[in-house]
Amino acid sequence: MTPPHRQIHLAAHFPGVNNTTVWADPRAGSQIDFSSFEHLARTAERGKFDFFFLAEGLRLREHKGRIHDLDVVGRPESLTVLSALSAVTERLGLAATVNTTFNEPYELARRLATLDHLSGGRAAWNVVTTNDAFTGANFRRGGFLDRADRYRRAEEFVRLSRTLWDSWEPDAVVADPERGVFVRPGAIREFRHEGPQFTVAGHFTVPRSPQGHPVIIQAGDSDEGREFAAANADVIFTRHGTLAEGKAFYADVKSRLARYGRRPHELKIMPGVTFVIGDTDAEAAELAAEIRRQQVSPQTAIAFLEQIWGRDLSGYDPDGPLPDIEPDLSTEVAEGRVRHHDRAAVAERWRAVAREKGLSIRELVIEMTGRQSFVGSPQTVAKSMAEFVAAGAADGFILVPHLIPGGLDDFVDRVVPLLQELGAFRAEYTGTTLRDHLGIAVPAGKEAA
Amino acid sequence: MTTGHLHLAVALDGAGWHPAAWREAGAHARELFTARYWAKLAGEAERGLLDFVTIEDAFRLQSTLPDDVDDRTDQVRGRLDAVLLAASLAPRTRHIGLVPTATTTHTEPFHVAMGIATLDHVSRGRAGWRVQVSPRASEAAHFGRRAIPRLDPEFRDRALLAELFEEAADAVEVARRLWDSWEDDAEIRDVATGRFIDRDKLHYIDFSGRWFSVKGPAITPRPPQGRPIVAVLDHGGTAVPYELPARAADIVFVTPQDREDAARIVERVRAVPRDGEPLKIFADLLVFVGPDAAERKARLDELDGAELVSDAAIVAGTADELADLLLDWREAGIEGFRLRPGAVPADLKGIARGLTAALRRRGAFRHAYESATLRGLLGLPRPASRYATAPGRLP
Repeated sequence: MTPPHRQIHLAAHFPGVNNTTVWADPRAGSQIDFSSFEHLARTAERGKFDFFFLAEGLRLREHKGRIHDLDVVGRPESLTVLSALSAVTERLGLAATVNTTFNEPYELARRLATLDHLSGGRAAWNVVTTNDAFTGANFRRGGFLDRADRYRRAEEFVRLSRTLWDSWEPDAVVADPERGVFVRPGAIREFRHEGPQFTVAGHFTVPRSPQGHPVIIQAGDSDEGREFAAANADVIFTRHGTLAEGKAFYADVKSRLARYGRRPHELKIMPGVTFVIGDTDAEAAELAAEIRRQQVSPQTAIAFLEQIWGRDLSGYDPDGPLPDIEPDLSTEVAEGRVRHHDRAAVAERWRAVAREKGLSIRELVIEMTGRQSFVGSPQTVAKSMAEFVAAGAADGFILVPHLIPGGLDDFVDRVVPLLQELGAFRAEYTGTTLRDHLGIAVPAGKEAA
Repeated sequence: MTTGHLHLAVALDGAGWHPAAWREAGAHARELFTARYWAKLAGEAERGLLDFVTIEDAFRLQSTLPDDVDDRTDQVRGRLDAVLLAASLAPRTRHIGLVPTATTTHTEPFHVAMGIATLDHVSRGRAGWRVQVSPRASEAAHFGRRAIPRLDPEFRDRALLAELFEEAADAVEVARRLWDSWEDDAEIRDVATGRFIDRDKLHYIDFSGRWFSVKGPAITPRPPQGRPIVAVLDHGGTAVPYELPARAADIVFVTPQDREDAARIVERVRAVPRDGEPLKIFADLLVFVGPDAAERKARLDELDGAELVSDAAIVAGTADELADLLLDWREAGIEGFRLRPGAVPADLKGIARGLTAALRRRGAFRHAYESATLRGLLGLPRPASRYATAPGRLP
């Protein structure tokens, strides 16, 4: 008798504005036309996914002081496009990435509550803490927040948002025309909050939404990020690593929940993963290699190298060897993306790998900057995913297709049925809200301040 | 003699503009916070071939008091965010313009501009923005970043209002620069050079103002309309009446009380200097439409316990009577009307079915939508990006 599989949770990440999104393929569609978002969301819903996920970038990335032109550029305002998607989907969760540094709690909390109402209880918020002055140049707040303050602000922001969401009692709206009572007396409570980041008071304008609180997602692997997630989040979106790394991360994060009075199932751990499906494992491996070549064009390879070397390397042949010159550690050539912490060490490691394997610049960048997570026949992919979850390395996955908008089709058509056969994934949605899909309870009314 | 068809918009707010409207049979007030409710209203307006709907919003709970919440429980309280509500209506409609209210006083111009641009994308060119300022201390307290004096209805703080309007004009300027910051042909997908965009067609906007500075470019590609429609409601209460709409808007909603008042307002609006397309002047009216309109209004007044008051003129009458009045005011220079239905769905249907039929009988309203975009419906051309340079001409 096979032991029962843990249920896998799945999310679909709309392909991002980075090099993993292949735009030169004839099947690659618009990154901004609504039909692309609709296609991917409907596909995810057909596949019974838990939610659809949109990332955020509040300033266009730059390279060597100029707007980066090699990757897909241009994205919608997330909550606005998710509100439109709420009209063309019925069960799929809708997750927006919104940062706490360049927003205000009252306004954002009402927008998230609105999306929850419009979607009948499917809203989620991926809380991020973008902090750099580069992004701040687009906002009133501007400037820079120290790393620790980022999380302090985020924590206070989330706590205050929950206070706002709870300030209308459940069932406050009676709407009884005979008695002339629209809202139950006393059911809209004044909120008041004083803290280092926010001092606000008044009345919220959106009734309590179907989920009570939108689902909170936290993206990040750092110690501060893990602690923030353990205290505040319903889902943590992590980097995908090896099985051993996944198990270690899972055990560590789940062990932190008790200190906040929470139980392990109350926080889902979902790594971001890529996938390549072929008729056979060998065919999938070939396809994966081809996709990697599409993701790292000759120009992109040079750009990646420039980020590590801190120099203009446009004179180098991407099919030639690594440059002999030393990295310039005092210069950052990239803005608006995650930075490498120790470029000297990265450069040394890249040199060693290039030497050992005899790789060109392009081949090296392909090797070192990305790895598909699940590659194989549908059977292989389904089995690998189920095993990863069964082993206690994740609760599910956030899938990142490489093609807009059809990149998820193959997975939904060919892998999801196998996961269902394995008993590892739902055959139907059993509830209507995202909390239903994730198995997370609706929060009780007023939270203790 | 003015010719051509009138422009008609409807202002959606809750169950209607009468505070007791939610109590009418057919109001379905329990559904006020669902997408289905609003989709029905937008569908009705679109079947009526109206130019656009506006959606009310504010950073405060509805109240009968000027700045504080009251303790009334017999009126609608609560709203959804108007921009997101409009976005949820976009896939459910095909032709009608969607013009949500968004405040400039406490918001980030960048976020608002990207939200409206995205609304234009998801509606394929039907977005507008009703710009609103927030002159209340209670709204400022929700953000805790700015001190605004308590609103005193007896003392009009013209200086504060002028300041808020100036900030609003800056926010609109930022939005338009951001919308223009991607030229129309910025996306090139050039496989040979590996470039997705021509970076020379993406522009920093470098706005520097008293309240905020914004670098740009937009993160959202240029909207289908180029620049979504900007609309402003103005009661003429600043030192230079109608300066904000003349400077910053495509449409101004004004609140004349009769035809002579309308003519005076049109004259004052036209007197303010302006670059570009002439400002479109729409009159706001709060309307009860139908053979039983006066009776319905009286019944609602009785339920609410007070005669209805409004900044807009209140009209209760048959569709033909209303049509005649609109055409009369058109002679005074009013180009369109934004009608506030007293009760929904009765007065929305009265507008979308009865009134439009009456106007068509008078040769004054369309038989079909003639454009896929809101700018097209309003007879406004799609503007080129201000940053685009003519071929062969040096920047």
